Amino acid sequence: MAEAHKDKPTDNTAGETGASAAGAVRPGAADEGAASSQGRTAASQGRKSDQGRTAASSLSNSSAKEPTLLMPEKLAISSSPHVHGPDSIAKIMWTVIACLVPAAAVGIYRFGLDAAVVLATTTGSAIVFEALFQKMAGKEVSVSDGSATLTGLLLGMNLPAGTPIFICVVGSLVAVGLAKAVFGGLGYNPFNPALTGRVFLLIAFPVAMTTWRLPQQMNAHGPKKQYYGMSTTWRDQAGKRLEQKHRNVKKVDVVTAATPLSALKEGWKKGTAALITHTDLLQGDRPGSIGEVSAIALLLGGLVLLLMGYITWHIPVAFLATMGVVAAITHGINPQRYAPPLFHVLAGGALIGAFFMATDYVTSPTYPWGKILFGVGCGLITMIIRLWGGYPEGVSFAILLMNSVTPLIDRFTRPRKYGLKLWSGPQEDAS
Amino acid sequence: MRRVTFSGGVHPEYNKNLASQAAITDAALPDQVVLPCSQHLGAPARPVVAKGDLVKVGQVVAESGGFVSVPIHATVSGKVVEVAGRLHPTGVIQPAVVIAADGKDEWVELDPIDQPLEADPDVLKERVRAAGVVGLGGATFPSHVKLSPPKNKPIDRVLLNGAECEPYLTADDRLMREEPERVVKGFRIVMRILGVSQGRLCIEDNKPEAMAAMQKAAAGIDGVEVVALATKYPQGGEKQLIQAVLGRQVPSGGLPMDCGVVVFNVGTCAAIHDAVYLGRPLVDRVCTVTGRAVAQPSNMRVRLGTPVASLLEQAGGTTKQAGKVILGGPMMGLTVPSLDVPVIKGTSGVLVQAADEVVEEPYRACIRCGMCVRVCPIGLTPNEMGSRAEMGHWEELDGLDVMDCIECGSCAYVCPAYRPLVQFFKLGKAQVRVLRQKRKEAEAEVLRAAKA
Repeated sequence: MAEAHKDKPTDNTAGETGASAAGAVRPGAADEGAASSQGRTAASQGRKSDQGRTAASSLSNSSAKEPTLLMPEKLAISSSPHVHGPDSIAKIMWTVIACLVPAAAVGIYRFGLDAAVVLATTTGSAIVFEALFQKMAGKEVSVSDGSATLTGLLLGMNLPAGTPIFICVVGSLVAVGLAKAVFGGLGYNPFNPALTGRVFLLIAFPVAMTTWRLPQQMNAHGPKKQYYGMSTTWRDQAGKRLEQKHRNVKKVDVVTAATPLSALKEGWKKGTAALITHTDLLQGDRPGSIGEVSAIALLLGGLVLLLMGYITWHIPVAFLATMGVVAAITHGINPQRYAPPLFHVLAGGALIGAFFMATDYVTSPTYPWGKILFGVGCGLITMIIRLWGGYPEGVSFAILLMNSVTPLIDRFTRPRKYGLKLWSGPQEDAS
Repeated sequence: MRRVTFSGGVHPEYNKNLASQAAITDAALPDQVVLPCSQHLGAPARPVVAKGDLVKVGQVVAESGGFVSVPIHATVSGKVVEVAGRLHPTGVIQPAVVIAADGKDEWVELDPIDQPLEADPDVLKERVRAAGVVGLGGATFPSHVKLSPPKNKPIDRVLLNGAECEPYLTADDRLMREEPERVVKGFRIVMRILGVSQGRLCIEDNKPEAMAAMQKAAAGIDGVEVVALATKYPQGGEKQLIQAVLGRQVPSGGLPMDCGVVVFNVGTCAAIHDAVYLGRPLVDRVCTVTGRAVAQPSNMRVRLGTPVASLLEQAGGTTKQAGKVILGGPMMGLTVPSLDVPVIKGTSGVLVQAADEVVEEPYRACIRCGMCVRVCPIGLTPNEMGSRAEMGHWEELDGLDVMDCIECGSCAYVCPAYRPLVQFFKLGKAQVRVLRQKRKEAEAEVLRAAKA
């Protein structure tokens, strides 16, 4: 057994000198075996030193050419497989974070330092809370896996720029503590932590959570741009109509405004929503949560995740397609009131939701058909809230509601296993 | 050429180039061999020699323990030192015949079969059994059992499994490149015994030389064709191979013969060739000795019973501190506790992992990413199965079809939480077997009570 390779320990281990004779069986094992207990560095030192080897060789009366077997004191015994693929939880989490960075960067560019403060606060406090709760639970602190960082970043990206620091911290506390730690940490949480945090804040601090700023770039170009959601292109198009409508608006320092979706509550053509161009939505030149404003940045990040295989197409496609279909039908019925599909998909949090939050592994279904079902459910609930609900936006609620049925969906959508297709009998088939 | 494959699977680092250019060499005759009585699936063989007996190479030292069993032959000439418990590669002490070699390598009289392609299939089959041939791919299922399908199970295809999808291993590759005639002849014997006219030589497309050699060897033989397989693990799994090549599925809980197919490994066909054409029983096999820690990765023809340590020494020893010694490949191989364990019929390779290659990541809770589900070649749900096994919910584990798991390790390979899924399932299968047995007994009890 392993004892055959157990050799004279050189360090603090209790001496089992009797075993050194066994070293004679395998020349060279004497020094190397003991070295292994001191780790790799020690092992390489042991290899360089010829002392032990000579001793062992002389014991075994073998020639100097005898091949060396550098065996550890005890060979590792484990179940197969003995190799592992390139992915780890940390790698996945940090990749998702990297894919969110462009959208976060656009948010900071659009809303300035206030946005950066929100993101830094939520991310930092999420990490601190995670470490704290893990310590309290007597678990190993695993903040380096990026899970808490991702939760904090996503929470921040779902808040308006300028959210008070206190509120940001409370959001992180709810996200990491209430939504994740109390259930047992990563892997056990039934609801998306970042969204739980956000919805908590939305209910607890409704005013702060719906005070949207105009993007800086719009603000900088003169008084006319202070009107809600007014970009250059938009202004040119909207022209006089807006001028007349908001004639009495005075120049102020900080301008808050309705998001495209809250503007939509007035109706599509009747209100100001229709004046927002697709370019504005793609580039993030509009009021909204820090991370949701730039559709291009979000699509880019989502695409990378798709290509890397970290998410599958099922949830985002089902989610967005369902929204598109519902929007197309309602817009077709009443184009005056309901916005067209592309507007719904690009405005609000649909993209960040579909690519980065509905796809959260822990809280979404695992199997292909389940994912599609989940995406469709998210899309439907989002649209119902947007079109007829009390809130302008429904992505967070939709995902959280669908989170609650995830276990049920999983149970009924398990893949069909191999071996159920029966052979029909001998025949001259292909190949 | 069309490339076929199955759904699921992974692409581990193959590292075949370590040993793929090393031609097969004959390993030195060992001084002593340890021949465990259990080198195959099924009943262990019964020793028929005693301490002090003189034996020749090829002499039966242990007779079949039943129908699903094969005899074991002496692999060196010499004297039986002991018939006693010895460390088996599986890590447990098992009965074994220990022979001290006399160095003369004297063989028993060999009895080749004339014109085997015209011979009576039953004679051929008996010869395969008597030669102790088992599946040399690693499963070690006695070959004559596969060659004896019941009458109600018609067989219309024979597949040669030349996928060798396990990373690092190159024994089958070298055998096909160097001795394709032997393999093809053995394969034709299989077709002859089963009375099948259609055979496919299935080779992964990362072995172009093997494919070319086999194509040449099979040229002009009616009904035998080479099929290229996409390089993907576990392409060489019997069920995956059948799915890829024939589009058929082995029924859950069934055998390939349930869908009209019998699959034989490259080494097995070579052994069948030897048994029939040369009358030579299975006393050696080709074994890949490889790994980053091995000085000269090589392919050796090794007498069964040779200690692993001897192979490593013949491969030049190790250049790095070793961490794990694995019999077989890195995906399904077995770690051994000692270098004293012998090479047995199922030992396709000896892989030495350097200490710094050993995966030692602590595992975490499942994050439900579903990667395991995507790669499972059987379409199971390793995510849920793993959680059930971890909690000891064996009944539910049974309901998730853990018994269909082929333990290929694809799920554990991709798992970002490093969950030891295969270990869970091996444990789970054992527990489910116990559970089923208990249930059966309880049912019988109820029936007895009802009758009384």
